[in-house]
Amino acid sequence: MNKPVLNIGVTGLNAIDSPGPGVAVIRGLREAASFDVRIIGFAYESMEPGIYMHDLVDRTYQIPYPSAGTDVLLSRLEYIQSRENLHVIIPNFDAELYSFIKLEDKLMQMGIHMFLPTQAQFEERHKVNLSDFGKKYGLDVPLGKAIYDSSEIFGLQNEFDFPMMIKGKWYDAYIAYNMEQARTYFNKISAKWGLPVVIQRFIHGTEYNVTGLGDGNGNTIAAVPMRKQFITDKGKAWAGISIDDKKLLSITRQFVRETKWRGAFELEMMKTNDNIYYLMEINPRIPAWVYLAVGVGQNIPEALTRLALGKETPAFESYEVGKLFIRYSYDMIVDRTEFEKISINGEL
Amino acid sequence: MKINENLAISDNGFLFNPTTGESYTVNPIGAEIIEMLKSGETQERIISRLLDMYDTDKKTLEKDLHDFSDILKQYQLLSEDE
Repeated sequence: MNKPVLNIGVTGLNAIDSPGPGVAVIRGLREAASFDVRIIGFAYESMEPGIYMHDLVDRTYQIPYPSAGTDVLLSRLEYIQSRENLHVIIPNFDAELYSFIKLEDKLMQMGIHMFLPTQAQFEERHKVNLSDFGKKYGLDVPLGKAIYDSSEIFGLQNEFDFPMMIKGKWYDAYIAYNMEQARTYFNKISAKWGLPVVIQRFIHGTEYNVTGLGDGNGNTIAAVPMRKQFITDKGKAWAGISIDDKKLLSITRQFVRETKWRGAFELEMMKTNDNIYYLMEINPRIPAWVYLAVGVGQNIPEALTRLALGKETPAFESYEVGKLFIRYSYDMIVDRTEFEKISINGEL
Repeated sequence: MKINENLAISDNGFLFNPTTGESYTVNPIGAEIIEMLKSGETQERIISRLLDMYDTDKKTLEKDLHDFSDILKQYQLLSEDE
């Protein structure tokens, strides 16, 4: 039987030491059982490695940074659509999701499907709002507060002991052991990611992550928990293992059921020595380690694509436990002309 | 004593706890004890079987088994009977 060929746009081609999820998502899509794909990469910079991985990415277009606004992005996507006839786009960066969520209806009119959290879900789970989120849905979250000025840290000393976590609105997190460090990290993060900066109580424990997919009606379509086995100096997993933690899966299903989560997600959890699971962060997208989920039997990128297209997508019922992913870096040799083309024309 | 039922142990003594993702290595006697615990043997029965298998006295064995059990409990692989 001939499988349909879908044209799918994917962002997050920065397969670097702190990788975007794009390349892993594409590997999942290429292994999809129910369709074949033509992959259109969307890149922000000309050095994103995925641009040059021609066995994975068929063609790449540069797209404008989210700071340029949704109108500029829409105009670029209209141009790309006129040439590529995209069926689906899978955005993979937190910072770009807002724009894509806002453009969902317009893109649908152009024939481009997505399966993203609603704007309310996206805002509500934001780390700035995590404390309220935990209360509303009955999930344990660490005490947190969004601040706009480093002087506010002084006033928080009664609520937050050192060490405390200092987190950026979009990315970056540091552990501050004293006031000096807290102020330094506040300045560093606010300069890079803007305000507010989030102060969070430090939780001692073991970190676990779950990647999954909600259908928007409260059903969990996929859920694979992982324990990081080896992390980089940026705290990113360089190796991890699939685990069978019933409580973690139950919290995940509770999260999806209560929020009626729509789309892919990653839950960052911390398990304390008293076996309390704190939800540290909710990433409203596929994580970079998603290929582990694909490898253990839950092809989340494929299932997400099917949901985007309105196709029946049964929930995965199992996955292999005790499988590791081990990341590696790989040097490609790239002709200068390719770099020239993406840099000058914004296309390759 | 109750061993974590999901614990996977290989012939070479590699121990994997699928709930936490943690792994350990144990020597051949440790592996035998864990297999016995997994098959539901009591502490008394384990001591008696080990006495048959190894050239040692009961007191030493009891002490060593106690130490080993403490380590397993510390890693949350073993819990007291409910």
